Amino acid sequence: MSNQTGMVQRGLMPITVQNITLTLNERMLIDDLSCIIKSDGMSVIMGPNGAGKSLFMRCLHGLAKPDMGQILYADTPLDPLIRQQQSLVFQTPTILRRTVLANLLFVARQRGIDDPKISMDYLAQLQLDHLAQHPARLLSGGEKQRLALARALIINPAILFLDEATSNLDPASIETIETNLQSVSKQGMKIILVTHDIGQAKRLADDVLFLHHGKLAEHSPAKSFFQKPKSGAAKAYLAGKLVL
Amino acid sequence: MKFAILFAAGAACLATAAMADSTILVQSTTSTKNAGLYDYILPMVKADTGITVNVVAVGTGAAIKNAMNCDGDVLLVHSRKRENQFVAAGYAKQRYDVMYNDFVVIGPANDPAGIDGAKDITAAMVKIAVSKSKFASRGDDSGTHSKEKSLWAMAKVDQAASSGDWYRETGSGMGATLNTAVGMGAYALSDRASWGAHANKADFKIMVEGDQRLFNPYGVMLVDSQKCPTVRSKEGQIFIDWLISAKGQAAIASFKLEGKQLFFPNAE
Amino acid sequence: MPIYSESFAAAFGLLASSDQDLMEILALSINVSLASLVLSCVIGLPIGAFLAMRHFPMRDFLVGVFNAMMGLPPVVVGLLVYLHLSRSGPFGWLGLLYTPQAMVIAQMILITPIIIALSCQVLEDLHEDYKDFFDSLVVPKRTALLAYIIDARYSLMTVILAGFGRAISEVGAVIIVGGNIDHLTRVMTTAIALETSKGELAMALALGFILLAISLAVNFLVQWLKASARRRAYV
Repeated sequence: MSNQTGMVQRGLMPITVQNITLTLNERMLIDDLSCIIKSDGMSVIMGPNGAGKSLFMRCLHGLAKPDMGQILYADTPLDPLIRQQQSLVFQTPTILRRTVLANLLFVARQRGIDDPKISMDYLAQLQLDHLAQHPARLLSGGEKQRLALARALIINPAILFLDEATSNLDPASIETIETNLQSVSKQGMKIILVTHDIGQAKRLADDVLFLHHGKLAEHSPAKSFFQKPKSGAAKAYLAGKLVL
Repeated sequence: MKFAILFAAGAACLATAAMADSTILVQSTTSTKNAGLYDYILPMVKADTGITVNVVAVGTGAAIKNAMNCDGDVLLVHSRKRENQFVAAGYAKQRYDVMYNDFVVIGPANDPAGIDGAKDITAAMVKIAVSKSKFASRGDDSGTHSKEKSLWAMAKVDQAASSGDWYRETGSGMGATLNTAVGMGAYALSDRASWGAHANKADFKIMVEGDQRLFNPYGVMLVDSQKCPTVRSKEGQIFIDWLISAKGQAAIASFKLEGKQLFFPNAE
Repeated sequence: MPIYSESFAAAFGLLASSDQDLMEILALSINVSLASLVLSCVIGLPIGAFLAMRHFPMRDFLVGVFNAMMGLPPVVVGLLVYLHLSRSGPFGWLGLLYTPQAMVIAQMILITPIIIALSCQVLEDLHEDYKDFFDSLVVPKRTALLAYIIDARYSLMTVILAGFGRAISEVGAVIIVGGNIDHLTRVMTTAIALETSKGELAMALALGFILLAISLAVNFLVQWLKASARRRAYV
């Protein structure tokens, strides 16, 4: 897919995370976390509930701000221009009280993509074109999440974040979404996703960041992570023994 | 603060000329208005003088206070004592007699106090008090209310001590008080005009009438322009002059409700 | 009760003959209420939106104040407006007392808090729903506000109609500041008060039926809007 925005995209990668810490209500949710996320492929963030995965992703995207430490995008701290080149798909998507097409058009217009034909192309790509004039709030969970992905993709972001975007979806929707992710990843879009689904992580991940108690327990290439995890926590988690 | 802001905004939006020049505002009583007197004479005023008269009908007490706030050009009320005070305080140069009607005591057909046809008002009021028959009072500081209080005083009855018991103060206008009296089977003091024009009479009728002490004179006054510079003195005086002229007096006398004359002109 | 049939017949007769006095009173009622509604919306909707979207120290206190002000007794508002507009009051020089404009001001003060409090509630709910998504998209504040207004338009319409309902049925304030002057400031509610005070209860009730019909029409409109909103999932 070409860059329809016409916006000059600055290089954002790699992302360098330096000693970030985030405390909420006197609980340290992210504890002195450092890593470098490489420029291409899909990075998967895993970990048990409460490990700080979603919060870490929100920090990467700029929705949450660390108390200490910093995050650099190709040596530049976060600014609105960088944020405009990122998309985030939430676990529960926010659906505007409009038609499916109007949902997509709203996002597209934020980046100057006014042509409805482009929006229709994205709907077709996510198999939603037959629902274009349908009220978006009446879609099924899988359809809603596909719409959310279409909204995330239409601005052709440099980085796409997905926060447990496929949990509780039907297998067909999961497959459509994964196929789309693989396709845009091949075209060079950086994808960072949080998932609980080990199968999905195995299918998609190029590298895995494993979080435990707000710390980065392990950051390995996918192959080695699933075959011989280095940290005890990751071992226990993959064996289904680590609950928290 | 908020109120002031809203208020200023609203006022600024609406700061337009209020009334046409040949229009005056009369602060008057519900008794004259509800009887329909103004509907009858004001078209004549308009035809003779070109002046449009708007009437705000409230109790005499409220009418006097509104006039003292300069919210009226002419005052036409019935409470001699307070009219004199109004003139004495400099709010009007002069009070003119214009007309009178009289008060009546109305009550339910079963007449629990046994006052039907009484000629002596104070004796009738004593009977009401002694029998603890319900009595609905305006209780609103109106001309009718002060008249009623003076009648109780003449009858040497401390009616206020029984307030809430048999003596019921409605704190409302004449019409509302008559509705209340009819609703609870109470006696009430009303000007003849209001009662005559009142539609909701049920089985009520006039019990006491004709006593000299039930005489109810109306006075008309032009609000003084030194106290209230916005007063339309010229038009106000034209209206008063019309009322007390032979023509105006004849008009008042010719106003009839169900064939009966309600107001009796007495201008000098 | 026979009074109902009598009143219904009277109401029908007045409407059927388009009684000139009634039409005048009805027109003034609607005009005054609409004018105060427009002013209230111009003032109230931006304040409601501001309170919904911004968090600042006095915010909750202000929301509480506006909520409480929804229950302002009309008589008190009428009295305050009277005191300000009276020739002896601070705005007496405007000469507005006993004019329709004074009634508009009083009603505006009555319904602006309703518009503020209810629109704030509606927009706040939507803001809670949309804010993370809009934040992640880096949507400018003005675009966000516009989106809230578009997406909440049916709920906001209900809010506005609630304000209109309050305005048109209110008597306590307009009778004080308007004076119930025939052909100048007499509206439906003050006419009902007058007919009641004259003991013309059937006529008062007939006017009441006509006012009720307006209220019903407005409420059916609200119901219809809600239903069509539900149909299109603008819920």
